[in-house]
Amino acid sequence: MSGVRQFLALLARNRLALAGLVVMGIVVALAVLTPVLPLADPDVTNTSNRFVPPFSEGALLGTDHLGRDLLSRLMWGTRLSLAVGFAAALVAATLGAAIGIIAGYYGGRTDNVIMRGVDMLMAFPYILLALAIVAALGPGLINALIAVAAVNIPFFARNIRGITVGLAQKEFVDAARLSGMSDARIILTEILPNVVPVIVIAMSTTIGWMILETAGLSFLGLGSQPPQADLGSMLGEARSALITNPHTSVVPGMMILVIVMAINLLGDGVRDALDPRLKSGALNRPLPATLVAQDRTPVPAHADGILTLTDLQTQFHVKDRIYRAVGGVSLNVRPGEALGIIGESGSGKSVTALSVMGLVASPPGIVTGGSVHYRDQDLIGAPYDALRRLRGAEVAYIFQDPQATLHPLYRVGDQLIEAISAHRHISRAEGRAKALDLLEAVRIPNAAARINDYPHEMSGGMRQRVGIAMALANDPEVIIADEPTTALDVTVQAQILSLLDDLRRDRGLAIIFITHDFGVVGQLCDRVAVMYGGRIVEEGPTRAILDSPMHPYTERLMACVPELGGGRRRLEAIPGLPPAVNDLPPGCAFADRCDRVQAACRQGAIPLDRKGDRAVRCLFPVTEPQEAAQ
Amino acid sequence: MTPALRLENLSKTFPLGRTLFGPERPGVRAVHPVTLEVARGETLGIVGESGCGKSTLARMLVGLLAPTTGSIEIEGAALDTADPAAFGKRIQYVFQDPISSLNPRKTIRQIMEAPLKLLHGMDRAQRAARIAEIFDLVSLRHEFLDRYPHEFSGGQAQRIGIARALAAEARILILDEPVSALDVSVQAQVLNLLADLKAELDLTYLFISHDLAVVEAVSDRIAVLYFGSVVELGRAEDIFRAPRHPYTKLLADSAPVVGRALTPPEAKETELPDPLDPPKGCAFQARCPRATAQCGQETPTLAELADGHAAACFHPIAPPDGPAG
Ligand SMILES: Nc1ncnc2c1ncn2[C@@H]1O[C@H](COP(=O)(O)OP(=O)(O)O)[C@@H](O)[C@H]1O
Ligand code: SF4
Ligand code: SF4
Ligand SMILES: [Mg+2]
Repeated sequence: MSGVRQFLALLARNRLALAGLVVMGIVVALAVLTPVLPLADPDVTNTSNRFVPPFSEGALLGTDHLGRDLLSRLMWGTRLSLAVGFAAALVAATLGAAIGIIAGYYGGRTDNVIMRGVDMLMAFPYILLALAIVAALGPGLINALIAVAAVNIPFFARNIRGITVGLAQKEFVDAARLSGMSDARIILTEILPNVVPVIVIAMSTTIGWMILETAGLSFLGLGSQPPQADLGSMLGEARSALITNPHTSVVPGMMILVIVMAINLLGDGVRDALDPRLKSGALNRPLPATLVAQDRTPVPAHADGILTLTDLQTQFHVKDRIYRAVGGVSLNVRPGEALGIIGESGSGKSVTALSVMGLVASPPGIVTGGSVHYRDQDLIGAPYDALRRLRGAEVAYIFQDPQATLHPLYRVGDQLIEAISAHRHISRAEGRAKALDLLEAVRIPNAAARINDYPHEMSGGMRQRVGIAMALANDPEVIIADEPTTALDVTVQAQILSLLDDLRRDRGLAIIFITHDFGVVGQLCDRVAVMYGGRIVEEGPTRAILDSPMHPYTERLMACVPELGGGRRRLEAIPGLPPAVNDLPPGCAFADRCDRVQAACRQGAIPLDRKGDRAVRCLFPVTEPQEAAQ
Repeated sequence: MTPALRLENLSKTFPLGRTLFGPERPGVRAVHPVTLEVARGETLGIVGESGCGKSTLARMLVGLLAPTTGSIEIEGAALDTADPAAFGKRIQYVFQDPISSLNPRKTIRQIMEAPLKLLHGMDRAQRAARIAEIFDLVSLRHEFLDRYPHEFSGGQAQRIGIARALAAEARILILDEPVSALDVSVQAQVLNLLADLKAELDLTYLFISHDLAVVEAVSDRIAVLYFGSVVELGRAEDIFRAPRHPYTKLLADSAPVVGRALTPPEAKETELPDPLDPPKGCAFQARCPRATAQCGQETPTLAELADGHAAACFHPIAPPDGPAG
């Protein structure tokens, strides 16, 4: 399976984990082979040959206080310690996972009772509990195994329960129920396969400690009983000769050290390799501002406006693929104007917006060409300090998910004050007064009380209004709103749209409003740009475009959106899918879905043809530019 | 004719549990008693804003949630067990988030086989034949069967979700926001597919959405839900054009419509009612421009105002082309 290969590749990339794997491989191989190796009997005493030093004839590692061959005891002891450690880990993982899955899946009372019990176990100091269990059961290796497994069960139970609670609420579990699956079957076939990686991670990070704990019990004489050797009992027996004959302690001690270190290195590697975040490269720390290609040549602004994008190109370089998310976008917005950007997901709207202030994550993002002018300053390639001063104070963002701007652990009022004081010095009282003003401006009911709320105490619509208040905190000149109302109810959306509309009329704010909703664009925006495959395919005054779209895509997109009041009808779907931006066709990106397509459309790049206030990127537009201009 | 689906006084109260020493708390009423009938072959749309009880209602209908009161009848036969498998053969569910409704560690074939095996006891060969048939019906390529869910776009994943629901051979489908997570061009494809399937297989739909225009485009009748109650029920072509309940009118006025000026349809200070402390009387009174003293005292019930058009309001809006009912 490719998943396994990918896992091994990731594991191998981690040098330390690889070293751990090699060492453990050797240790395990030796332990497995011990019975067939030409070793002396580990339990035969020969008191005349006590404490022979290492590297002596016939005893490579010397002998112990009873004259037994240390090499042989070490090998047999390692074999036993590993076996007990693995067994304890398996038992703990199996029982812990079973408990965790049952508690997490059934929830409610079952969960309460089980997890209270687990909490109680966890309240005892670890080793004390193990000692108590062995004391109750009596010394012996099996009892030590039980004790070590038992004290580790709560760790597994808690971890697995947490994962299971999340999984049990997933829609695919509901779907399985409706497919006729019983609870037992759901647990086995739906939940378990999704928690196995977590179990493996938990096991690989704890097995080393379990080996150590078993050794500890044996060291105290509570585990393996003489003459049987395990690493702990070897250490225990060597204790009295620690000063006089240190080699008897050093030999098993080194082995324990090697095993535990190797397993822990390997375990960390396994965890990292199985952690899905690492797979996408997300753990690479992003740069503070988007990377700009060395060979980018700045271009002068193509039009006047407070914010002007000229031939902006942003790409993502992932392995050997290049995603041309923004392929030469030119836009401008004037004070008091609202510009809409409309398009389907993946068409490059968000990346265009984020490129303006260098907020595209790098790596993998990189601005490869074009300029973005805020007044006269080119923001692309501007020093980070300059960008930071402008972010929020001159150009502010509102995102679809207000969680992106709100910290869950701070009160919304404090976050507003923080946002204001990032750009100017104000006293706490002034800040609070200003924060209250802002909350009132976005019409939070009962703002004086709400200012002390945490984000999770507010409804989605209320949080989004706080997100807007954050954007307004420093009286910016431009607001870039990326689908700010998509997740909201219509009544809340209506309030927020009219709020933004008031702001631009009263304060001369320039707004770039990203959406996929023609109704919203029609109500709020003066001009609109339609994006497809990372490029603008049509741009012009909103009314003109809505009345007579020129690009076939615009026309078809409008036709597939039902409009309220249209009654029951069949929608005009566009067949097929938008193109992937890492594999754009040479000609028109819409050609495969277009019903006006001709051979010429696929020949080469099609320019954005501008006539008057309208522009279209199409060889055979629906209405001719000159007609439309009238 | 017996209706395909009939619910009588179906309601759900989520218990809050008791506090350590205090008395049992009353619980949250997510769905107030609802009585509805859906005719065979009909599409009943259900609209309402987030938290109004749409999904709770839907989950009761497929047995994923036990109702607090009331009963469900499918084609005249009562369904009073709480066993989703018993429901599964008669009524199925299509989920809002197409990707998360597919187990990431199963192939599409494994996902498709479960209902065929467990609900219908088909053997291997029968299953393969049936899956091929269903995949043709929803225009999915057969080679998709051996792939994993993450390899699909939202639109394709939703087709797979629909295919799974069809595999159970239920004649009623609950579609819970089936296109909300999809792009508009793909949304239209899926809506058209649903319309074709309905005609071909004689299905009955309960179509839940917060998008008024989408619901209007696909439904025969529409029920408007507010705060757990049906406040208005009427034919799709009438309900937003000539709303009788003030809440329906607010919804219709809030929907973004090209060419309509941006004026907020209601005062800004309005707050939604608190489910833990529901207001006395009509739940909409704090937001309602027509509210009177009566609305604060008594709770209006759904009453027929004209043929096939009902609203729960003491002072319904007069229809544009006739006197108030
Ligand atoms: N972090 C990323 N890594 C690689 N590709 C990305 C990343 N973010 C976005 N993209 C690519 O950029 C394209 C445009 O994305 P986006 O601007 O988010 O579209 P929109 O906002 O219009 O939905 C997408 O097709 C996607 O493939
Ligand atoms: S250029 Fe050709 S293929 Fe592209 S939209 Fe215009 S007519 Fe269609
Ligand atoms: S009953 Fe009264 S408050 Fe409720 S919607 Fe009707 S008029 Fe408004
Ligand atoms: Mg986006």
